[in-house]
Amino acid sequence: MNIHEYQAKEVLKSYGVKIQEGIVADTPEDALEAAKKLNAETGTSWYVLKAQIHAGGRGKGEVKETGSRGVVLAKSLDQVSEISGKILGGTLVTIQTGAEGKKVKKILVAQDVYYPGDGQPKEYYLSILLDRATGSNVIMASTEGGMDIEEVAESTPEKIIKEWVDPLLGIQPYQARKVAFKLGLKGNSFKEMVKFIMNLYAAYDGSDASQFEINPVLKTSDDQILAVDAKVNLDDNALYRNKNLAALRDLDEEDPLEVEAGESGLNYVKLDGNVGCMVNGAGLAMATMDMIKLSGGEPANFLDVGGGANAQTVEAGFRIILKDPKVKAILINVFGGIVRCDRIASGVVEAYKSIGNIDIPIIVRLQGTNAEEGAKIIDQSGLKVTSAITLKEAAEKVQQVLQNL
Amino acid sequence: MSVLVNKNSKVIVQGFTGNEGSFHAQQMIEYGTNVVGGVTPSKGGSTHLGKPVFNTVEDAVKATGADTSIIFVPPAFAADAIMEAADAGIKVIITITEGIPVKDMMKAKPYIKKKGATLIGPNCPGVITPGEAKVGIMPGFVFRQGRVGVVSKSGTLTYEAADQISKAGLGISTAIGIGGDPIIGTSTKEAVQLLMEDPETDAIVMIGEIGGNYEAEAAKWIKENGNKKPVVGFIAGQTAPPGRRMGHAGAIVGGKDDTAEAKIRIMKENGIYVAESPGEIGEVMAKALGVDA
Repeated sequence: MNIHEYQAKEVLKSYGVKIQEGIVADTPEDALEAAKKLNAETGTSWYVLKAQIHAGGRGKGEVKETGSRGVVLAKSLDQVSEISGKILGGTLVTIQTGAEGKKVKKILVAQDVYYPGDGQPKEYYLSILLDRATGSNVIMASTEGGMDIEEVAESTPEKIIKEWVDPLLGIQPYQARKVAFKLGLKGNSFKEMVKFIMNLYAAYDGSDASQFEINPVLKTSDDQILAVDAKVNLDDNALYRNKNLAALRDLDEEDPLEVEAGESGLNYVKLDGNVGCMVNGAGLAMATMDMIKLSGGEPANFLDVGGGANAQTVEAGFRIILKDPKVKAILINVFGGIVRCDRIASGVVEAYKSIGNIDIPIIVRLQGTNAEEGAKIIDQSGLKVTSAITLKEAAEKVQQVLQNL
Repeated sequence: MSVLVNKNSKVIVQGFTGNEGSFHAQQMIEYGTNVVGGVTPSKGGSTHLGKPVFNTVEDAVKATGADTSIIFVPPAFAADAIMEAADAGIKVIITITEGIPVKDMMKAKPYIKKKGATLIGPNCPGVITPGEAKVGIMPGFVFRQGRVGVVSKSGTLTYEAADQISKAGLGISTAIGIGGDPIIGTSTKEAVQLLMEDPETDAIVMIGEIGGNYEAEAAKWIKENGNKKPVVGFIAGQTAPPGRRMGHAGAIVGGKDDTAEAKIRIMKENGIYVAESPGEIGEVMAKALGVDA
């Protein structure tokens, strides 16, 4: 699960990680109040206005309706009102949102932390993430803060510092010191960075996260170390024991069909294609999507109905797929192991009749226990449904259907 | 012979008396697997499906000499069950449970390694050596006895592959479902290595998906090892968009090496026969072995 920047910063703060302070607002009026409050609390007279959506690239992104960027510096309270009015309620398009963009419902009014002083402000990169290859967490750091880290890793891999944490021991202070020294820090900023890393790891570990990315981490002109942005990814499987974090889920950021599918116990991911599919098992579901592509179509979705495919799950799956207007055909692909194919076939027929008026072609491929009985039930149903037994046969039938569209 | 499980395996079921545990234990017993008992805390001393129930894995091992365990314990308690099995001296621990927190597995994995146990899964269909033992949830009849080994991250895709292999006139030595989670006990490479060294396996099917580096690591090892047996590979998720989790907790494209394209390219570079379509796994295997499908 992803959370917003303002939520991630609250989590960080609760673990003692220093952050760029800010107040979240829903309207330009609230944004103005937030700015006044921030001025009273921190003394800042410039304000960074940051659109809160679950996507990166906000600073370079553009609000479709007004042309405003997604992150803007306001140098007066008047500007706070004016600019937040151009961002809130607009549709922000960034390199990560796709052309349709995302509606901005909340804005974070944050203090300006790039103020002048004895030193020069400098940005760093810091993240903690799961390294699947070693089965442990890795701290990644770089002096190239504010940049796309994948690009840095590609062009100047020597600028990426990595420190792996022993899963049974947890982070040790010497590891945080190593990272801080490698970043070239000295004196007070060094000490601050060590604290920052130790607390960040505690936040990561305590939240059952799979990624905490702080880009940039800022060394201010007076040698403080602050999180200016925060991208957090949490382990869905551990939300049951992190109820406070589970409550941060923002359904507005998710596709409504995916939310609905989740409520029916289906694992659904919406895609852009023209052939819907419903499959038992995640691996076979992905393979079925690939097969649709090889047959000349484009998959409209990923949908895993799980181990116990029955009339109810099939009907719920049908209803969700049919809500996507781009879908021109549906392929059901079930390998009946312990679940028998004849029962699944009856379930499909029942669901079809219960929905009624499905006017797009459906191909049902049932293989495994009682596959032939299953095919017979489909063929004799009198519905606009074609049966198949082998995957190859299913692929050919998808191809035929697509040619007749 | 074969690998991991055979007719001599003495199997216990952890989470024996729960719904899933009961149903699949019954199926395993019917298949002919040597199930010697089960574990459900606080139900020790009773009998379930005609087999003794124990409070702890330690008690079960003492009484039955069990060397293999299959785990159906719910996700919040599964990592604990894995560590209990390893501590009691179980050598092969097969974990079916889906949804175990990553942090729990991160601790369980090095712990059981220290104890000298092999963990298969979690989030996997288990292991089957046809005709000898099924320690998993797969439909046994799909797996005809033979000499092709299977390593797979996916359940139903394994059944699909096994079915195609049977229809191509071949059969399975051992099929290993390694699981679809980000942290799993046995990697693709480790499972392939077991089959490469098994005298009863002539060829290997390796089924992977997007996410992680296991397939690439296995492919490189296969070449370094001298491509001793033909290996057929398939990677699911060529059409999966980056950054989206596709059902399995581990099936997500994070970086450029996680993609199906990258994995397929690396497999080809290392002498693996790649099935482009999931419908061609059996045919490609028959061709690789030079038999008529």
